[in-house]
Amino acid sequence: MKQNAVVSLRDINFKYSNEVILNNISLDIFDKEFITLLGPSGCGKTTTLRIIAGFETPQSGEVYFEGKQINDLPPHKRNVNTVFQKYALFPHLNVFDNVAFGLKLKKLSKSEIERKVKQMLAIVDLKGYEKRPVRELSGGQQQRVAIARALVCDPKVVLLDEPLGALDLKLRKDMQIELKQLQQKTQKTFVYVTHDQEEALTMSDRVCVMNNGVIAQVGTPEDIYNEPANAFVADFIGEANIINGTMLEDCKVRLLGVELDCVDKGFEKNKPVDVVIRPEDIEVVAPDRAKLSGVVEDVIFKGVHFEISVRCNNCQWLIHSTVAQKVGDRIGMRVDPFNIHIMDKMFLNPTNDIFTEVYYSDKENNTTTFLLEGSEVTIPDVYYKEGTKLKIVLPPDALYIAGDGVGQLDEVYIESVIWKGEHNEIILESDERKWIMQSDIDEQVATYVPLCFDFSKAEISEVAADE
Amino acid sequence: MSSNSTASASAAKTRVPAAPHKQRSFMKSKRPAIPYLGWMLIFTIVPLVMVVYYAFTDSKGHFSLEAFENASVYSEVFLYSLLIALISTVICLVLAYPLAFSISRCSQRAQSTIVMFLMVPMWMNFLLRIYAWVLILQNYGPLDMILNFFGIDITLIGNSGAVIVGMVYEFLPFMILPLHTVMSKIDPSLIEAAQDLGCNRIGVFRKVIFPLSIPGIISGVTMVFVPTASTFLVAQYLGGTQFMIGDVIERVFQSDHHTGSAIAVVLMVVILGCLVFMNRFGDEEAVS
Repeated sequence: MKQNAVVSLRDINFKYSNEVILNNISLDIFDKEFITLLGPSGCGKTTTLRIIAGFETPQSGEVYFEGKQINDLPPHKRNVNTVFQKYALFPHLNVFDNVAFGLKLKKLSKSEIERKVKQMLAIVDLKGYEKRPVRELSGGQQQRVAIARALVCDPKVVLLDEPLGALDLKLRKDMQIELKQLQQKTQKTFVYVTHDQEEALTMSDRVCVMNNGVIAQVGTPEDIYNEPANAFVADFIGEANIINGTMLEDCKVRLLGVELDCVDKGFEKNKPVDVVIRPEDIEVVAPDRAKLSGVVEDVIFKGVHFEISVRCNNCQWLIHSTVAQKVGDRIGMRVDPFNIHIMDKMFLNPTNDIFTEVYYSDKENNTTTFLLEGSEVTIPDVYYKEGTKLKIVLPPDALYIAGDGVGQLDEVYIESVIWKGEHNEIILESDERKWIMQSDIDEQVATYVPLCFDFSKAEISEVAADE
Repeated sequence: MSSNSTASASAAKTRVPAAPHKQRSFMKSKRPAIPYLGWMLIFTIVPLVMVVYYAFTDSKGHFSLEAFENASVYSEVFLYSLLIALISTVICLVLAYPLAFSISRCSQRAQSTIVMFLMVPMWMNFLLRIYAWVLILQNYGPLDMILNFFGIDITLIGNSGAVIVGMVYEFLPFMILPLHTVMSKIDPSLIEAAQDLGCNRIGVFRKVIFPLSIPGIISGVTMVFVPTASTFLVAQYLGGTQFMIGDVIERVFQSDHHTGSAIAVVLMVVILGCLVFMNRFGDEEAVS
C-alpha cells in the first residue's frame, strides 16, 4: 500500500539542555489517517508533536510537510493546528471569539466567519453556547471548544496533545468515540499523543509506540497488540506474561525448564530471548494435560473475565479466563504455539561487564579502586596491583538502587522496568553505557536514581596485558 | 492523681474529633480580620470623617462652604498636580510595560532576582532618594557640569521636568510589580495557541498579551497616579517655586484646618472619580 505522506520526520534529534529527548526519529504520517504517538511520560511523544507544530526546532534532521522542508517555518505559517493538553482557551474571549480566533486572522468576511463558527459549534455539540465565557464551561465543553477552534481553521493536520487527560473516565470514553467519528467525518489527518494504551488502540488507524526517545514500533493496533516488536511494547500495550527463555532451535523454546513449541524461526541456537504470552491466550486445563502447571494464588473477578494469578516454579503468571478457579488448586496451563511470541532481548548481554584498570589499591585494607565514568569506585576485600587490567562481570542482581541516596554512580536514568514473572528487569542508562538490573521493587520509569554495586556477587578476573 | 490524669486523657480523646471541625470553621471565619478592621476604624474612618467635617464647617463649627471658596484659590496648583501625575504615570507605564514583559519571559529564578533588584532603591529612605536627585540635578552638580562641558547651558532643577523625573524614579517599581505579576501568570500555552492559530509576534501581543495584562495596567496606574497626585516634598525639593497640591495641603493645614480639609476632600473625590472611570474602561476592554 503506497500512500503519500503529509508529514515526514527524517532522523530527528532533539536535545534539551544536554538531555537527549529524541534520538534519531524517522516517521511518515499519511494523509487522512489517525495516528497515535503512544508511550510513557518522558518518552518524547509530546516533543515530536511540538516539532510538527513548529514550537520546537530539532538540532538535526528534517521535517517535511507535503514534500517541502519546513524546519524553519514558524508555527503561524504551518497548515497544522493543535489541541493543547490543558485546552489553552483564551480566558478573555467567549466561546464564539475563541473559535473565530483563527478565522479572523485569515481575514475572512464577518458573515463567513459567523457561518463557519456556527457550523463547527454544531459539529462539536455546542450550539447556543456562543456567548458563554469559556471559564464557565465544564472540562468536556472546554475540550470541545478547543477542538472546534483547531478544526474550524481547516488545517491539513490536527495535532492533539493528550486532549482527554483531564476528563473523567466516562466522559473520556465518550469523547474517544466522538473524536474518531469527527476525524472520519472531516477527513483530516489526526496526530494524537497519549500515554493511555487503551485509548490508542480504540481510536487509531496506526500506533507509534515510543520509549526513551526512540520509536519502538509502528503498526496497526492489531499488529502492535498481537506482534509486539519487543518486551517493552508487549508490556506497555495490554497485559502480558514476559518470561526469560532460551531458543533451542527453530520453533522450539525452553522456559522455566520446559520445552514448548512455537512458530518463530531464525534465532541463533541457545540464544536468550524474551517470551511473551498474553493472559487471555492461556488455556486452563488439568495439570497432567499441559507441560506447564502451577498453583492458583489469587482470583479477581473483573466483570468480563476472572484474573487468575498462578505460581509456577517461582514465577508469577497472569491468566484471563471466563471460568473461576479455586485458590490453592493446581492447574495446567496450555498455550497454542502461535500464541507464544518470541522476541530479541532489549539488553543483549545478560550481565554487566566492565573492562578497566586498577586506579589505586590498598594492601592493608585489602581494597582495589578503579575509575568509573570519572568517579572512584572501591571494591572491598579484593586486592590487585595498581595498573592491573581487570574484567568485572556484574550479574543483574549485583546492582541495586541506593536507599540512602548516595550511589557509586549518581543520576542514572531508568529506561525501562519490565516484570519478568519473578522479578523486575530494569534497564538503566548512565553517561556512557547501559546497565541491566534485577529488582523486586517497582522502580519509576524515566526517573534518575543513584546506582550501587554489590561486588561480592561480581566475578573479577585479570586480563592479560596484551589483550 | 492517676484517676485525674486518665480523666483528662479521656477528655482530650473526646475532643480530638471536634478539632478538624473547629479548624475548618476557623478557616472560614472572618474573625481574623478584626484587628485590621479595628485599626482601620480608628485610624482611617474616623480621621476621614473628621476631615469631611472640617471641610464643611467654619471655625465656629457651623455648616459652611467657606472652606471650599478659600480652596478655589489653589485650583491652578490642583490642575498642575493632576497634569504632573498624569505625565509621570504615562512615563512609568511606557518604561515599565516592556520591562515587565521581558522579565516575565525569564526563568522563575531570574524573575525573582530581577524583581528583588528592582526593589533595592526602595530600601532607602524616601527623603534621601529625593536629596540624591537634588545633588545630581543642582546647578554645578555632576549632570550640569557634564552638560556645560558640551556647551549646553540649561537649568536642570526647579522645574516641572525635575519633578516628573523624581516622581517616575519614586514610583516606577509600583508600576512594574503589578504588571509583572499579571504577565507572569499568562499561560505560555496561550501564546503558543495564538501562534498556532496564525498570529505572528505582533498579533500575539495585540490579541493575547495586551488584553490579558489590562488588570495589571489598571492596578499599576492606580498605584502610581494616586500617590503622584497627592504626594508632597518631591515638588518642594525639585520643583523650585512650583508646589504641588500635596505641599499646599501640608502648608495650609497648619494654619487653617478647614481650608486644608476642603482641598483634601476635593482631591479625594477627583482621584476616586478617575479610578471608577478607569475600572469601567478596563472591564469593557476585557469583555470585548
